[in-house]
Amino acid sequence: MAKVRGAVVVDIEACKGCGLCVVACPHQVLAQNKQVNSRGYHYSFMEHAENCIGCSNCAVVCPDTCITVYRVKSEKTV
Amino acid sequence: MDVKDIIKEENLVYSKPSLLSDKITHYCPGCSHGVVHKLLAEVIEELGIQEKTIGVSPVGCAVFAYNYIEIDWQEAAHGRAPAVATGIARVDPDKVVFTYQGDGDLASIGTAEIMHAANRGENIVVVFINNAIYGMTGGQMAPTTLLGQVTATTPCGRDLERNGYPLKITELIGQLPGAAYVSRQSVHTPAAVRKCRKALRKSFENAMAKKGTSFVEVVSTCSSGWRLSPVEANKWMEENMFPFYPIGDIKDGQKAEAGDFMQQNLKN
Amino acid sequence: MGELRLMKGNEVIAEAAIRCGCDAYFGYPITPQSEVMETLMAREPWNQTGMVVLQAESEVASINMVYGAAGAGKKVMTSSSSPGISLMAEGISYIAGAELPCVIVNVQRGGPGLGTIQPSQADYFQSTKGGGHGDYRLIVLAPASVQEMHDFVGLAFELAFKYRNPAMILADGAIGQMMEKVELGEFVARQTTEQVDAQYGSWATTGKKKSRAKNVITSLELDSALMEQNNLRFQEKYRKMQQDEVSFEAIRCEDADYVLVAFGSSARICQKSVELARAKGIKVGLLRPITLFPFPSEPIARLAKQVKGFMTVEMNAGQMIEDVRLAVNCAGERNPVHYFGRLGGIIPTPGEVVEALEQKLIGG
Repeated sequence: MAKVRGAVVVDIEACKGCGLCVVACPHQVLAQNKQVNSRGYHYSFMEHAENCIGCSNCAVVCPDTCITVYRVKSEKTV
Repeated sequence: MDVKDIIKEENLVYSKPSLLSDKITHYCPGCSHGVVHKLLAEVIEELGIQEKTIGVSPVGCAVFAYNYIEIDWQEAAHGRAPAVATGIARVDPDKVVFTYQGDGDLASIGTAEIMHAANRGENIVVVFINNAIYGMTGGQMAPTTLLGQVTATTPCGRDLERNGYPLKITELIGQLPGAAYVSRQSVHTPAAVRKCRKALRKSFENAMAKKGTSFVEVVSTCSSGWRLSPVEANKWMEENMFPFYPIGDIKDGQKAEAGDFMQQNLKN
Repeated sequence: MGELRLMKGNEVIAEAAIRCGCDAYFGYPITPQSEVMETLMAREPWNQTGMVVLQAESEVASINMVYGAAGAGKKVMTSSSSPGISLMAEGISYIAGAELPCVIVNVQRGGPGLGTIQPSQADYFQSTKGGGHGDYRLIVLAPASVQEMHDFVGLAFELAFKYRNPAMILADGAIGQMMEKVELGEFVARQTTEQVDAQYGSWATTGKKKSRAKNVITSLELDSALMEQNNLRFQEKYRKMQQDEVSFEAIRCEDADYVLVAFGSSARICQKSVELARAKGIKVGLLRPITLFPFPSEPIARLAKQVKGFMTVEMNAGQMIEDVRLAVNCAGERNPVHYFGRLGGIIPTPGEVVEALEQKLIGG
């Protein structure tokens, strides 16, 4: 059975840690990092990368356009 | 499957629009301006009109909008963006001209300019960011501030007797025969962002087809001004702004012909 | 010889605009200059040259439409009268700050406030010292005849584009309303989009091409060091105007003992006063500044070495007198500089001027 897998790349320096992507993610993939970027923001990262389906919801709501989204259809069953 | 194998050029499904500059915006974390800027960049790119689009930026937080979208821009005096856009659109009818204005700019100091530009049916797009507060000057009352809402100049909440009513200017614009498309949108959820994008795209298409003025209000948050986190601000907006500023299209068509509007023109 | 016509000053502003290839006029009715837009609307230049004419909802909107169209690299103008110009002050400041060319016609009426609809020159300070907020200057031309109302439209555009600065034609109700013979200029074609792009594409909002960076028209610069540089650049521009663009007319000044200094309508009256005074045996000359900014300080300073005294004649409470005194005193001269004028829309008579001259300068 085909399964959709996704991944996001967060531009750490551009992220302002607003957390809107965390809320927008339907699969609780994202979280705010305990660490901060050079401007002091708790940037987003994939805490549960394995859950990502590449739906782009996080990137769509991101006010700073700092999320890039990738998606593949994997044939492997998990 | 490893994340490394997914993050490959051929699997790319969402990235920054090319017309959005690499500059990090001056906006606060969670600010709706960033989303609307992105949508504008996407729509302009999608319609292939970068070389003919002229943006008019306001006075307010979005005064620097010109730093973020790679098109030609003109920065207007407070409230005057629709007049500036009229000037550009009239002398250069082939251009696609849009204004980007906040609630203080559009609904307070610039009320005359927006009403008359829309009433003339100028072929322009107006993007109206309504976050019910003056962001740039430090969170004072806006014409769209809700009754009871606390701001720097209404520390005990907006008072009807002292401050009057919140202004639903979008509904007023919807009454004007020169308006082609009048819509109220938001950008707080993925679905809302996608709808707002469609509204903006339709507006730019209207301007290109010279259908009259297209006006998109985006009910927005100002987490700094509201003293809330970005996530709390979205919730506050849903609970308090949406009942008073309901989301949806108010008018969808094109500017009226003389015959639609009056029974007849007065004969010379 | 060009086409000759008998026209009102206000009408000729409109005709000259069409003929000099003006792209757009945005305005709002106000007495005593409403004939400018009325004439334009009746002429329907959009059918002939493609010129845009639009009646705006206010002077505030008019000047901001001018700002927008000027930002697109177009030849654009507006006209108004004193209270309307006050409303435009904000927009004019933005235009000066964003370094855009445009032409503004002020057919002055008496103030302050709503004042009167009769002619006045009480906006001298407002026009020549900036008028709005910030350190800026307008190029100010003062026509004294209907012919000059015509000629200065083209000249104002030329100077406005040369310096990328707003230029003002400072007329008054008398010149706007009076009819005189005027020789009209030839039609000059409006610039095509390609010509505008080629000439002004480096700064105007002609649409961002892949080949160039975006153009941004703005007067905003939050970095004080850069804003100071902007201001210094403006000041350099104004100095250059002072050096190259001063224009004036000297009438019978060669042998004069006394010189009247007057512009616009007042200068027309003073021409007669010179004749009357000379008939009485008083050697009087007239210096008529044509550019009020840049002001003809040097010619006045030169005359100061020769004459016994100056008298400005102004339809205001004495505004230009300050610039004449500066010109005289900065040259190290101590000639008396007097003022005579009428206020509130009253036009001085030539006889009154001679009487004042005799009292203030000769008798005094």
